[in-house]
Amino acid sequence: MPKRTDLKSILILGAGPIVIGQACEFDYSGVQACKALRAEGYRVVLVNSNPATIMTDPETADAVYIEPVEWETVTRILERERPDALLPTMGGQTALNCALDLFRHGVLQRLGVELIGAKVEAIEKAEDRELFSKAMRSIGLEMPQAVFCRSVPEALAAAETVGFPAIVRPSFTLGGTGGGIGHDADELAAIAARGIEASPIGQILVEQSVLGWKEFEMEVVRDRADNCVIVCAIENLDPMGVHTGDSITVAPALTLTDKEYQRMREASFAVIREIGVETGGSNVQFAIDPRTGRMVVIEMNPRVSRSSALASKATGFPIAKVAARLAVGYTLDELGNEITRVTPASFEPAIDYVVVKCPRFAFEKFKGAQTRLGTQMKSVGEVMAIGRTFQEALQKALRGLEIGAAGLERRGPGWTSRG
Amino acid sequence: MAAALSRIDPPSTPGLLALADGTLFRGRALAAEGRTCGEVVFNTAMTGYQEVVTDPSYHQQIVTLTAAHVGVVGVNPDDEEGRGPQVAGLVVRDAPRMFASWRGREDLGAYLRRAGVVAVADIDTRRLTHLLRERGAMAGCIAAGEAARDEAACVAAARAFPGLQGAALAEAVSVPEPAGWAAGSVRWLDGHVLEGRSEKTGLEGQVRGDMSPGAAGHVVAFDFGVKRNILRLLVDRGLRVTVVPAATTAAQALALRPDGIFLSNGPGDPEPLQAQQAAIRELVGSGLPVFGICLGHQLLCLALGARTFKMKFGHHGANHPVRELATGRVLITSQNHGFAADPATLPAELRVTHVSLFDGSLQGVELAGRPVFSFQGHPEASPGPRELAGLFDRFAREVVAGRAARGK
Repeated sequence: MPKRTDLKSILILGAGPIVIGQACEFDYSGVQACKALRAEGYRVVLVNSNPATIMTDPETADAVYIEPVEWETVTRILERERPDALLPTMGGQTALNCALDLFRHGVLQRLGVELIGAKVEAIEKAEDRELFSKAMRSIGLEMPQAVFCRSVPEALAAAETVGFPAIVRPSFTLGGTGGGIGHDADELAAIAARGIEASPIGQILVEQSVLGWKEFEMEVVRDRADNCVIVCAIENLDPMGVHTGDSITVAPALTLTDKEYQRMREASFAVIREIGVETGGSNVQFAIDPRTGRMVVIEMNPRVSRSSALASKATGFPIAKVAARLAVGYTLDELGNEITRVTPASFEPAIDYVVVKCPRFAFEKFKGAQTRLGTQMKSVGEVMAIGRTFQEALQKALRGLEIGAAGLERRGPGWTSRG
Repeated sequence: MAAALSRIDPPSTPGLLALADGTLFRGRALAAEGRTCGEVVFNTAMTGYQEVVTDPSYHQQIVTLTAAHVGVVGVNPDDEEGRGPQVAGLVVRDAPRMFASWRGREDLGAYLRRAGVVAVADIDTRRLTHLLRERGAMAGCIAAGEAARDEAACVAAARAFPGLQGAALAEAVSVPEPAGWAAGSVRWLDGHVLEGRSEKTGLEGQVRGDMSPGAAGHVVAFDFGVKRNILRLLVDRGLRVTVVPAATTAAQALALRPDGIFLSNGPGDPEPLQAQQAAIRELVGSGLPVFGICLGHQLLCLALGARTFKMKFGHHGANHPVRELATGRVLITSQNHGFAADPATLPAELRVTHVSLFDGSLQGVELAGRPVFSFQGHPEASPGPRELAGLFDRFAREVVAGRAARGK
């Protein structure tokens, strides 16, 4: 299928200010998307409030607005620029939430702006935990037991079902903000109160703990002809319970038999189809009980994510660039494979090396911050290293953190980062 | 630091891979000691090393796995594609000293050692793979222990290996006598079946749980080195399966009163398997549904008048895109073949159904107006994606339809 010619101008939303949980990885994606769409001849309008990003350089887009990624502001920009389409999948959760707001306030409908990359229904289905869990059940996939709560007493009642420790996940927040692990009733009550406050819709999920389970992420790309590929399977060294952003992660996944990998691959495709992401990249997270192999779906992001930036760099498959071109109508087999240059993009990278991502913490700069890792992201940066073996990549990544370590080293008590 | 490491690492036994062109790769013995020769090929699949080493299609081949770590999940009884290891040798970059998986029962090295298979680790598999891509699959000699110390003898042995062109190997790996096969796919604790299914697309196969075992019809499966997952997928579809030796004639096969004929994968060159081609021609003429995979596909093409040729380094991996011409869809497939049918030589009635998007090579054919079709790659996956499992459904449908037409 050729690219769409009914679209002339496309507005791309950035991720806004850099905060823990949402940082420069979206700049990387946004720049790729801008370049790809401009190369296709579209007029690209960019909105991002962060002038320190590459994507806000004047040459990245045809028009750049350094303005808040909030629906009121974006409405005025849409009124002025009158683009044909809005691509909300490159700017993390901030951009998706903004696109949802624009829809809920009738702005997109009024101005005739088409959402491309992800439709409203897909975004809602993926982000609303209640809808998501229903969707997963309908395709026969399991999720951890969970109860939606809007008050602290409800959360405490839910803990009787799911047991302690109980995981608290606020709906619609960034990087797990306001979430945590309640080991007893007192702790749960405190975290639940914070989580309800943090959620824009005042809702939290109190979830069965799968602490210690193996954690995986699948980077899926789908085109409008329903061709699906896995770009990369990422395995977390830190098990469930530590936020992926704070985990050491490894690509490719190394501890799955082929039967388990194929089951997860097929589940990922079933998820992207059921949620209804028609074109572009998504990230599906799974947990596996290491004792029995039981697999549960944790969540799905219907957009380019932190992990897709890693997967792109790890494999050479430029997910954001491909996703942008799929959004305007191309199919995977029409796009070239940037690695081999002779085969199509409809393939799954096979690599003979290992990539390790290591989080970088800066607790010394956040006096009083809890240094114990949990479901709320605390790292401020990350390092990626490539090696022919996991050991080599891990050592390189640790050295690359620039904390004065040459690799895995024994440290005496009281050792602190050189910073 | 060195002292600390030597405490963990036991003194290693030398391992060697010598290529016919004189290139040497020195590493560490991972399994049995001794020396074997074969054709050196590389496989790029990132999971499923146990399925690869037990695949009878690798008979007389030394397989290099490009995956960085091999052995992480150990081996288990459910992931065998043949009766134990089948490769002539195994070459890997890194083999961890411990395995970790809820499914693992034994260490890969120990498993290979028990079967007498020579394997070498700590090899620069990237350099080796580049070399094989440039110069083509090559004869090699893999050695471990004392045998690895005599490098000149290993090179000489590699040069003496006759190669696979013209090699008829199917009978060497086939069953000695007809035998029933009753096992379907393994079910896990959570009820998940180890097979693809998706009602959404209808692409993957669906387990026919409603079908009592064997009720869909009787299939005679020619064993040219059949992978067990093929047999499991046939059984899952309610088919009764009789596995027969590679040398079975058409008359012998028909005497078993089959409702369908399956032609398996297998090692070596299809061209010299003249008796098999003659049998297939006769079986196609009988009007029964015929389904071929890999070597079975090549034999079907040869039987109907096409030619085959040896590829430079073949297709061995689990990420090969194939276009299904009827729908235009791209399917990611599992591949393992060193020979291929030449599409330019296909008779007019043999229609192309699938084409490789890697190199345009022929991937599937069907006989016009007849329930006869075949696929070059591996729809049974194992290892690899199961996106073509629908071909098994198609075969089962043809078998059921054929029985109905004959009033059975």
